[in-house]
Amino acid sequence: MNSVIQASQLTKRFGNFTAVDHISFEVAKGEIFGFLGANGAGKTTAMRMLCGLSKPTSGQGLVAGYDIAKQPEEVKKHIGYMSQKFSLYEDLKVWENMQLYAGIYGMNIKQIRPKIDEKLHQLGLFDERNTFVSQLPLGWKQKLAFSVAIFHEPQIVFLDEPTGGVDPITRRQFWELIYEAADRGITIFVTTHYMDEAEYCHRISMMVDGKIEALDTPKNLRERFRAATMDEVFYQLARKGREN
Amino acid sequence: MKQFWAFIIKEFEHIFRDMRTILLIIGIPIAQILIIGFAVSTEVKNIRVAVYDPSNDVSTQLIINHFESSRSFEVVRSLQSPDEAERLFQQNAFDFALIFSEHFDENLYHTGEASVQFIADASDPNYGNTAVAYATNILSDYQQELMQKAMASGMNSANFRIVPQVQMLYNPEMNGSYNFVPGLMGMVFILICAMMTSIAIVREKESGTMEVLLASPVKPIYIVISKMIPYFLISWFILIIILLLSIFVLNVPVAGNLIWLNVFSLIYILVALSLGLLISTLVRTQVAAMLASGMGLMMPIMILSGMIFPIESMPPVLQWISCIVPARWYISGIRKIMIEGVGVIHILKEMLILTGMAAAIITLSLKKFKTRLE
Repeated sequence: MNSVIQASQLTKRFGNFTAVDHISFEVAKGEIFGFLGANGAGKTTAMRMLCGLSKPTSGQGLVAGYDIAKQPEEVKKHIGYMSQKFSLYEDLKVWENMQLYAGIYGMNIKQIRPKIDEKLHQLGLFDERNTFVSQLPLGWKQKLAFSVAIFHEPQIVFLDEPTGGVDPITRRQFWELIYEAADRGITIFVTTHYMDEAEYCHRISMMVDGKIEALDTPKNLRERFRAATMDEVFYQLARKGREN
Repeated sequence: MKQFWAFIIKEFEHIFRDMRTILLIIGIPIAQILIIGFAVSTEVKNIRVAVYDPSNDVSTQLIINHFESSRSFEVVRSLQSPDEAERLFQQNAFDFALIFSEHFDENLYHTGEASVQFIADASDPNYGNTAVAYATNILSDYQQELMQKAMASGMNSANFRIVPQVQMLYNPEMNGSYNFVPGLMGMVFILICAMMTSIAIVREKESGTMEVLLASPVKPIYIVISKMIPYFLISWFILIIILLLSIFVLNVPVAGNLIWLNVFSLIYILVALSLGLLISTLVRTQVAAMLASGMGLMMPIMILSGMIFPIESMPPVLQWISCIVPARWYISGIRKIMIEGVGVIHILKEMLILTGMAAAIITLSLKKFKTRLE
């Protein structure tokens, strides 16, 4: 397997509390990897470690071939990140947001300009390029945020609940963008609370109380837990966590 | 470098797209300067006078009459001893004391010279100054009268001198009136720099963009510096406006070296910016940032910097505390270089202290800024 993320025994402790408890997994290039779990299961902490935002207490992680503890700066150069909160600048225009993030990732201004136009056409936002982001509807903002996160063609993009609060149609469109990016070889690492979205992933990991309780394709998981939907799989696993 | 430029441009856009805020930032100091400059009235009425008159002779009576008939003064009591003056001053029983020497008439006619002491409350320096000026006028009027009388009665070498000895209570250095300009500068820069920088940084935390920036390869130091640069330039612009207003509208002379005045102010602006940075590392919300810089910085400046209350007349404990208020050093330095017009050597101490403060606060807040990310 040609893996772009390798985590082995990755652990994060805050004082006595173990947020992430010896998790190990690998994600292949171009894969859409769903990272599921109840609130507080440790998803965001694990993701922050993989992004180089937080140092692991112990264990090892390689992202895009770089050690997340020793080379966080290199890791950051090769990933894209879209946070839980909507994270574009509302008082900047659509194209200015794109240009800013492209600039942050060190892209050349000559490369940036034509690429912005291309991306805007792709998103159907070309006519809105001079609109302030604050005036866009939420669904458009999320799509824009995603294309900004992959504007510099990172190897991996981390999406932290990217479709929160978005209507089903826009969510579908959003996933089309994700598939399109995955087809180009960008690895997608996504957390979500929508189980229908979990079905769209190639593989899923389920986190309960800081540990990975299950990791497989959606189909295999349903069979293993004798569940008709991913919802049921989630309930069974999450309830197990509560009882502990 | 490319990243850095992208950032600075972004910060300027944030600021200049928010026209309301930018107008406030620039408008408030202008309004304050003009209001304070014009509203501080120099006309003083109904100064309550206490008199100590051990001679009780013709001259002293006439002088007291002059005081009573003046519109500005009102004699409210007579004192038993000069010591009583100071005691009653503290009870705010009167604003001005007139202390005659003994044998006033005798001295005046035999030696041609007699002395009288004025004690004024200079905690409002403007008031104290004006009171003394009025009193001196009354005295010299009386002197004129005496001389005219003497001439008329055929004395040729009539020369009477009544010498007023002025004592200013509470504010012997007479800081004030248009000395207010330095104080205002000390306050305005803290307001703009500390408050605006801290809010600008915390806003990104609140909106979630900070997290995305931190997940990008941008160095944290770039994020911070690019936040500071626009406010640094705006503050400089305001400094120039304040100076122009003081010179051309308020007629406050800038006596010292303009370049050093600018250098000194820029050091202070740097202190204010780093305070804003420090606050931003300590709070999570914009409201908290505003409260911290408003209450936490403005109040000490108003009270402890010497802007309103002279530091010399504070109790020792407050004097020590005032040493950690950057505005104290700035205001004192600006008074020296702007109003008194002394050379840069004389503000070296203030300059070094402020530079030290800037360095210390920046180091501390960069450290905090980094650890916050973990």
